[in-house]
Amino acid sequence: MTSRVEALQTFKRDGRIVIVGASLAGLRAAESLRDEGFTGSLTMIGDETAEPYDRPPLSKQVLTGWVPATGTTLPRRRDVDAQWLLGTPATGLDLADNVVRLADGREVPFDRMLISTGVRARPWPVAAEAALTGVFVVRTREDAEGLQQAIAAGPKRVLIIGAGFTGSEIASICRERDIAVTVAELGSGPLVGALGAMIGEIAADMQLANGVDLRCGVKVTQLEGDAQGRFRRAHFSDGSTVDADVAVVALGGIRNTEWLRDSGLAIGPWGVACDSGCRAFDLNGLVTDDIFVAGDVARCPHPIYEYRFISLEHWANAVEQAEIAAHNMVNLQADRWPHLAIPTFWSIQFGVNIKSVGVPTFADEVIVAQGSVSEHRFVAAYGYKGRVTAAVTFNNAKWLDHYRKLIEAAAPFPPAQPTPDQPADAKPMPVDFPGPLLLSQDATVVVTGHDPSERRVTAVRP
Amino acid sequence: MTMTQTPDTLHRILDYANRADPYPLYAELRKTPVARQEDGSYVISTYRELTDILHNPHLSSDIRNLARPMAAADGRATPAFINLDPPEHDRMRRMAMRHFGPPHTPGLVDGMRPDLTAIVSGLIDDLADKTQIDIVDDFAYPFPVTVICHLLGVPREDEPRFHQWVNAIIDAIDYDAKTDPPEKLSNGEQARKDIHAYLGGLLEPRHGKPGDDLLSRLANEDGPDGRMTDEEIISTANLLLIAGHETTVNLITNGMLTLLRHPQHLQRLRNEPDLIVPLVEELLRYEPPVHIIPWRAAYSDIAIADTVIPKGSQIMLMLASGSRDPDRFHDPDRFDPDRRDNQHLGFGSGIHLCFGGPLARLETQIALTELVRRLDKPRLVADPPPYRPSPVLRGPIHLHVEQG
Repeated sequence: MTSRVEALQTFKRDGRIVIVGASLAGLRAAESLRDEGFTGSLTMIGDETAEPYDRPPLSKQVLTGWVPATGTTLPRRRDVDAQWLLGTPATGLDLADNVVRLADGREVPFDRMLISTGVRARPWPVAAEAALTGVFVVRTREDAEGLQQAIAAGPKRVLIIGAGFTGSEIASICRERDIAVTVAELGSGPLVGALGAMIGEIAADMQLANGVDLRCGVKVTQLEGDAQGRFRRAHFSDGSTVDADVAVVALGGIRNTEWLRDSGLAIGPWGVACDSGCRAFDLNGLVTDDIFVAGDVARCPHPIYEYRFISLEHWANAVEQAEIAAHNMVNLQADRWPHLAIPTFWSIQFGVNIKSVGVPTFADEVIVAQGSVSEHRFVAAYGYKGRVTAAVTFNNAKWLDHYRKLIEAAAPFPPAQPTPDQPADAKPMPVDFPGPLLLSQDATVVVTGHDPSERRVTAVRP
Repeated sequence: MTMTQTPDTLHRILDYANRADPYPLYAELRKTPVARQEDGSYVISTYRELTDILHNPHLSSDIRNLARPMAAADGRATPAFINLDPPEHDRMRRMAMRHFGPPHTPGLVDGMRPDLTAIVSGLIDDLADKTQIDIVDDFAYPFPVTVICHLLGVPREDEPRFHQWVNAIIDAIDYDAKTDPPEKLSNGEQARKDIHAYLGGLLEPRHGKPGDDLLSRLANEDGPDGRMTDEEIISTANLLLIAGHETTVNLITNGMLTLLRHPQHLQRLRNEPDLIVPLVEELLRYEPPVHIIPWRAAYSDIAIADTVIPKGSQIMLMLASGSRDPDRFHDPDRFDPDRRDNQHLGFGSGIHLCFGGPLARLETQIALTELVRRLDKPRLVADPPPYRPSPVLRGPIHLHVEQG
């Protein structure tokens, strides 16, 4: 045992850690490693040239022009004393020699590494159309700056392709500036893929009430340019067209795993699979000792959700998972922490503050448990096989903590006891996600403890 | 075992003899985080259970949801939002907040900084020649009262009148039929009527006359939620007048007392004025002005810890005990302005989180910084000082200090 403790002490003092992906998760992991007492060498590798910056404002305060695109640099919690290799994407990982290969040919050796390469915007599938002037995605600082200028120039109409959170937020900002907006969504309504049909209907009402030309159940088939290569018209699958000078492609993200293709790690379209302690799995499903994963690119089993692998593109998840990964990178097995935090998410659009806790897609029923849908102030609770698995609030976020505890405790769904603000006609409805319904298993667990060090799972057998 | 009864501990906490130091009794109380009392009410004293229940939508602030009506309750008047549940609570608080804080009035409190500093400086100027000071009467009382009067639009010269009423109302908050004379209750009721009539008289002429004070703004409100009724405006103004009056006085006084008991921190604050921000947070944890939320009601059955509190039960929340819970705060009985992760219950938590908290913070930061900077070698005359009667809004009635 002593030798294992000594080896850890030596590693914490003189070891080499490489973090690939220098955004939110990478930065927070680096800071946590230093907090944990790691004094060895730390190398931060990133494909963007900028210091780590915050992305949620890019589809909000940056687009309104309130905050400049360069103004979202992440605050530093502490000095991380790292070597920064920015603007040099990693292109490969050799697990036999523990080396990261960079695009410029350099090789960076490590004892342990963290993968936090995140997600990039899914581009418009036709490259020539994507290249038209006036066609944007929003993921990076440069993307947001370009779109902000295009919006500030007062376009006659903005077309938004995809009514997820990012697309809906951008539509909201355009309407605030009284710019005509068409939103095209393949699904039955905005936010349906994340929050289900009931919320989708409410979100659609919000868009229509704010003057959005919302077109659901249609696909954009072509972006047409003029002779100068400027976007001017979109064609839809129903044969209609819309003339606009700006198109925003908001079709979600692609996980940045291509550089790991030959690494032998368990990668796929949903990211790099890892255990709840953030250790990466290899292709055979064996857990690795020295490779850790955190943030949007991680795909991690959650006991609350029947040990399903969950991929999250949430700000808070990136921070929490990075801290767990960092802790586990410099601790022995017995002291490791599981990443059991319940996911949280927020969005602001059309004057409504939307927040969620849990995994709304992991549900078969939904009920408006508190408040009023017509006033856009309510809590919707989601249930799966008779237990609470998620909650979404519209302008009612103060209650989220309570619902988080219900999720952690596998509390019965629908919530049995009334509240003073319970709607008179509250009753569970099918959640109605576009995808196939999730499979069922009977075993369930609860999360106990509140701090990372004490948070543990207890099995509950009915 | 949460069903264990702790009547004796609670009675000792409420007993005036223990006002100066209720903290050892809180520690005793915390052995039973959710304690059922003989009368069927429940006392909650641990941090985790307090934050759980403060965020629980089944916890009601409306006395009409109590199975047994309370003596001190005034069932006729329009309740202020502190005594309401959503959605009425949310609507009234939102309408009041429109004129007090973000998002509609984000700069108000910070914009008061020069005025607050001027009031504080003026009060301390008057203390310069005195060797004997009462921190309460000479400073901690006149300062926030001047501020809240100005904010609401209540004439400062009426202070002697509403001071009497506020005292009578606060005395009646913890009325106990077994031990208290009935006048305590009837005086409180009469004071409510008097203050209601007084505020009504101030409100009446403000209709149709836009002005900067809160009464004028509420009287002429034209926001998305419409306008409060006159009764709602009066109950809101009444709430803010009492709350803005009493709690900040205690916070500032408790702060000066705590600094005089910890001279090393007093000296540090002189040298490092920036220390005041975490110091006031620690003060809110260590010696908060509101010790107890004397009652809330179970709107429906509430499962907490391993207890189910039945619908209609009265629930007493021991906030000051929660802020001293060793399961949440390391070395909780130590005053430590450098404490990190200090999520105290000094302003409560959840939807009823203190409305005036940002103002109280700034007032106390400025008050303590200036007192420490300008008083000449201040020393406590009596420790402990004499306390006000209330175990709920707890603080010294006088704090005599010598200087020079």
